[in-house]
Amino acid sequence: MTVNDFNFTSGFWNIWIAVLSLANIFACWWLIRWTSKKRPDEAAAGDVTGHSWDEGTLAEYNNPLPRWWLWLFYITLVFSLGYLFLYPGLGTYRGYLNWTQQSQYAQEMQTADQKYGPLFARYASQPIPELASNADALKIGQRLFVNYCAACHGSDAGGGPGFPNLRDNDWLYGGDPDTLTATILDGRQAAMPAWGEVLGEKGVNEVAAYVQTLSGRQVDSALATAGKQHFTTYCTACHGADGKGNKAMGAPNLTDNTWLYGGSAGVIRQTITRGRNGRMPAHRDFLGEDKVHLLAAYVYSLSHKP
Amino acid sequence: MSHEVVEKNVGLMALLILLVISVGGLVEIVPLFFLKTTTEPVEGLKPYTALQLEGRDVYIREGCYLCHSQMIRPFRAETERYGHYSVAGEFVYDHPFQWGSKRTGPDLARVGGRYSDDWHRVHLMNPRDVVPESIMPGFPWLADNTMDTKLTQKKMRVMNMLISATCNGCTTYSDEEIQRAPDELKDKTEMDALIAYLQVMGTSISSRR
Repeated sequence: MTVNDFNFTSGFWNIWIAVLSLANIFACWWLIRWTSKKRPDEAAAGDVTGHSWDEGTLAEYNNPLPRWWLWLFYITLVFSLGYLFLYPGLGTYRGYLNWTQQSQYAQEMQTADQKYGPLFARYASQPIPELASNADALKIGQRLFVNYCAACHGSDAGGGPGFPNLRDNDWLYGGDPDTLTATILDGRQAAMPAWGEVLGEKGVNEVAAYVQTLSGRQVDSALATAGKQHFTTYCTACHGADGKGNKAMGAPNLTDNTWLYGGSAGVIRQTITRGRNGRMPAHRDFLGEDKVHLLAAYVYSLSHKP
Repeated sequence: MSHEVVEKNVGLMALLILLVISVGGLVEIVPLFFLKTTTEPVEGLKPYTALQLEGRDVYIREGCYLCHSQMIRPFRAETERYGHYSVAGEFVYDHPFQWGSKRTGPDLARVGGRYSDDWHRVHLMNPRDVVPESIMPGFPWLADNTMDTKLTQKKMRVMNMLISATCNGCTTYSDEEIQRAPDELKDKTEMDALIAYLQVMGTSISSRR
């Protein structure tokens, strides 16, 4: 969007600004002329004025304004007129150069597009697996990554609790090039409901025990058996009967001992009780498809070393 | 009138000084109150909800503006990082605006939607948990403080006054909205309020430039 028009509520303001500005410049000129003008009753230059302060011990010379200072003052007046002629400033007058902040910005963006556009266009037409072994493309991708992604996924893409590790080739929604691109462009919203009220504290403990057995951990078998019942009723719709998850809805695989929020018994209980709603923001509008393509290539390369 | 008259009358001198220094403001500030670009909301801009409004006050109380600006300038270096440059019509509901003048941390004018609520929660508790090199202080008490709603309705009424005095085409809070505000804020923490504010910031313009 651009805001190119002076849209004052009334034409009065155009005149107000122009008249006041010009009158101000003229008044400055008049003031400096007036103060530097020689008066008939004035002492000669270099003599004392006759004013005295501090009981007569302090006198004042009538020295003219320094020439350099006076000229500088006149130069600023001329400069201001020149500026107001060339640039927008006098009300709605656009200035001889027709300069606007927006046009300067547009110019800057256009120059950048001319320089980088062909580069991005070239990469945009290459498939991601190919780019993943192109050192130059990855260099760009890595810089984009640290700029736009590192705040959550870490500068090494190693992730953290709640923010997926992108190096381990373990994917919630899928790690193929198309899915990666879609994830970055349109974001993801996970929706694990809170089961605390449905299951109660006992039920949560049981399910947590069963979930731990899925990745081969040793727990109280009575608890786990009871937990399996609940799991079949409430959890299989997303995580599958075998707990291997479902990439279509981003339900994690619970059998691989890779944990997004942490795999300790306490964290698992917390996850079940309160639910999880991890969100990956969309970047389509913000970054555009060409940059996302390079980003996806970089992320893809992290788990597909040539 | 000679120089001497001005020098020997303090009142006259003060008056003349006032006249001279007011010219700048009369030319550069006053007309802005009559410019549609600065007094009308951009398309899609909504007034802050009660929760966001309170979050904004938390933002001010904690001094976030000391390190974060809310003003993206029209330079490529800024729009590449933050998004579309800021325009005046985005700030018609901000009294006072939080443009700031110092960026120790990044600009926040378009932080809305850039990170998830969860990220903000972790980050506000201890920024180094998600950004190891961050020098931002943690604000863990926000999660413990339940929203104080004693002044919420009054704030909304004051906002109505300010908005209707300065903005054309803005929406003010209806009596009903003011009425139910304390209920909406019940059980919310200051953290919830601040995150609600952060997540709406700059979202009325989503394009890149």
